[in-house]
Amino acid sequence: MSNNTSASLSIYGKRFRMYDEVLRGLIYFCAGFAIFLLVVIMGYVFVRGIPNISWTFLSTATNNIKGTVGILGNIINTLYIIVITLLIATPIGVGSAIYLNEYAKRGRVVELIEFTTEILSGIPSIIFGLFGMVFFGNTLKLGYSILTGALTLTLMMLPLITRTTQEALKTVPDSYRQGALGIGATKWYMIRTILLPSAMPGIITGIILAIGRIVGESAALLFTAGSGYILPRNFFTKIFESSGTLTIQLYLFMQKAQYDEAFGVAVVLLVIVLGINALAKYLSFKFNAQTER
Amino acid sequence: MVGRVESILSHHGSKSTVEKTAQVIFTVCGFFAVLAVASITLYMIVSGTPAIFKVGLGEILFGDVWQPAAKDPSFGILYIILTSIVGTFLAILIGVPIGVMTSIFLAEVAPKRLANIVRPAIELLAGIPSVIYGLLGVIILNPLMYKLELMIFKGSETHQFTGGANLISAVLVLALMILPTVINISETSLRAVPAHLKSASLALGATHIQTIFKVIVPAARSGIITAIVLGIGRAIGEAMAITLVSGSSVNIPLPFNSVRFLTTAIVAEMGYASGLHRQVLFTIGLVLFAFIMIINVSLTRILKKEADNE
Repeated sequence: MSNNTSASLSIYGKRFRMYDEVLRGLIYFCAGFAIFLLVVIMGYVFVRGIPNISWTFLSTATNNIKGTVGILGNIINTLYIIVITLLIATPIGVGSAIYLNEYAKRGRVVELIEFTTEILSGIPSIIFGLFGMVFFGNTLKLGYSILTGALTLTLMMLPLITRTTQEALKTVPDSYRQGALGIGATKWYMIRTILLPSAMPGIITGIILAIGRIVGESAALLFTAGSGYILPRNFFTKIFESSGTLTIQLYLFMQKAQYDEAFGVAVVLLVIVLGINALAKYLSFKFNAQTER
Repeated sequence: MVGRVESILSHHGSKSTVEKTAQVIFTVCGFFAVLAVASITLYMIVSGTPAIFKVGLGEILFGDVWQPAAKDPSFGILYIILTSIVGTFLAILIGVPIGVMTSIFLAEVAPKRLANIVRPAIELLAGIPSVIYGLLGVIILNPLMYKLELMIFKGSETHQFTGGANLISAVLVLALMILPTVINISETSLRAVPAHLKSASLALGATHIQTIFKVIVPAARSGIITAIVLGIGRAIGEAMAITLVSGSSVNIPLPFNSVRFLTTAIVAEMGYASGLHRQVLFTIGLVLFAFIMIINVSLTRILKKEADNE
């Protein structure tokens, strides 16, 4: 398009257009601004946070007697919540996607399910937090616990897992289904041995995105999982105890104006988020390369 | 897979039971989302209405005094509602132009290699936990705002100094947080504009910039509106990032006032509230829920209209 070789009299010459240049400048400015913000956020957190990270900070729980601050308890809580949430949400989400894609006929029922899934993904996390507190916490008497938090997050992650699985199932060619059914496989056998393995990379990407969201979630957990920071005493009863994740601990540090510790947690969170992002990128890249082959 | 044909035939008897069970299980999973939305709606209404009956709907929605812990408590949430509306509106006003411009950059202006660097950066912005935005708001924005406040209200006797935790700080944090949503959705819709529209405009002699703003952006209008609506939904529902940034008292949403949003009122007070105060907090939750439902339903309308037009 651009041709700078001739003078302005020629038809190839470009006239200087003020309006165009201003808008072009604005476009570059806005994009640059967005990047600038990211760099500032990352830079600030790392510069202020890294000096506060020590082995004690990462490998012990806060001990008021010794006067040391540590976040190992919160790291373990976060892992618990990730694992339990995914153990519940993945089967339901994948099952829902299979129903929508493979069993249901287009019509009012599917429309209703897709509409509610859409609504579910639009509800803010604080509302999930309130619901979780009242329903799982009070009605089901689970109180402030990992289980309450994980059940609440299950509802939040459901739309994400359902949608990514549905997308993955849609990319499986129909000929696979017809082929399997044609040689006598039953529908469940076809789903189990053909569809799910083919859709697996998509499902895994969905799970990784879900992990990223669980790690960053806070409002839905404040009133459901609680704020405990001690190390688990028993592997199983832990899930009934009040347990704050990393984000909750960051918020509590902030509330108490312990900003150095807060930035320490922020660094840990950012590293996790960066890692998950890179992993998701790598997997989708690998998956795309595979399908193109 | 062919090797197991035998087993399919030999289990003919149990086959239909397995098949039926599988279908039933998948159907139940499918209806889980419906069940979840129905029970959330039900619980929000059940726990949000008792306070309305005790205090009175008008008193809660249009009362402008929020003193839940006073001896003679007053539960007017008018300013809280107004703060959420004004705050969201201002965040959209700042965030959407920047977001749309950036999406134009990604979809039309940037060389492919540059776009491939910028796009992941934006995605990363979306992945940063909201508490970190809150932390940076408190550490970076609030001191800046405090300086500005000292400059503007120097010598003022009526102004309550907030230390920088005010509406503007919260709005800036919200504007930043909706950027990834707006950029992502707008870019998708800009890319979906048919190439022949662009070629026709360029062939008629319009410059690239003219083509972008007079042809491509109008053609992607519905997608950009979707982006805005989603941005509104995110801004009005955000809680943790702005709880400490926006200050700690309920006031009229003026730029330098310490304010409470619907979300931050819940986060800040649910921890210690009891009795009627707690019930009113659930009413605030119900109001927020109503807003979100309105936004969601209008979003589905827009998307449906878009689908019908195609």
